[in-house]
Amino acid sequence: MTQLALFLVLAAIAVAAAVSLILQRHPIHSALSLVVVMVALAGLYLLLDAEFVAAVQIIVYAGAIMVLFVFVIMLLNAGTEERTNLSRAAHYAGIPLAALLLVGLAYTVTRAATPIVAQPTPKDATRQLSMLLFRDLAFPFELTSVLILIAMVGALVLAKRDE
Amino acid sequence: MVPISYYLALSAVLFGLGVLGFVFKRNIITIFMAIELMLNAVNLAFVAFSRALGQLQGQVFVFFVIVVAAAEAAVGLGIVILIARNRQSLNVERVNLLKL
Repeated sequence: MTQLALFLVLAAIAVAAAVSLILQRHPIHSALSLVVVMVALAGLYLLLDAEFVAAVQIIVYAGAIMVLFVFVIMLLNAGTEERTNLSRAAHYAGIPLAALLLVGLAYTVTRAATPIVAQPTPKDATRQLSMLLFRDLAFPFELTSVLILIAMVGALVLAKRDE
Repeated sequence: MVPISYYLALSAVLFGLGVLGFVFKRNIITIFMAIELMLNAVNLAFVAFSRALGQLQGQVFVFFVIVVAAAEAAVGLGIVILIARNRQSLNVERVNLLKL
């Protein structure tokens, strides 16, 4: 019962912040809304017994990635979004299609997932996770470090001023 | 115990909101944030399935998604800086060289 209440509160916060992300006209307000979404999601991960993912979500997403976003917004001195006319196709087809996507996704997912009942989580889930990540999947894990390195170099090359 | 389908429905709603933001926003940084929102929604679905099936592979997937999201944010924001420098604007409507 407590879990359901917690879920409902966190879900409401996440959805409200996501709506606020779309409705805000200033990018920094959108960024702060996104931070709220991520913190709410971290709470949901805790409810799902995924403590380590929750910690990573806070540290990497709400910490590192959002700092990057806020930093770029400040660097570029981004102001309020200017309004432009939507193209006619977007105006008439966009909203119904987005609503259709949302409803279709929710319907499929709810229907497909009905028979799934939650299994008990293993007691030392984080330990098993580390076994999986650093032993069984060690090679993909190392590959991600190469990916990060390439992204780092790429970002530097892109943002560098030409002499 | 909250039914897993609730989490999946929430994930779908967040993903839909991300798509809405991606389509309707004009500021390129906000569009990037909408993409991050979609990635987060997918992560929630992964963790929910991981819990439902009693397996941890879903959480491993989440780590890889987060890593790719970090790489994407770094490169993407580099491109944003480049666009802002060349076009003096963050409005995607003004990045229309490829438009007919």
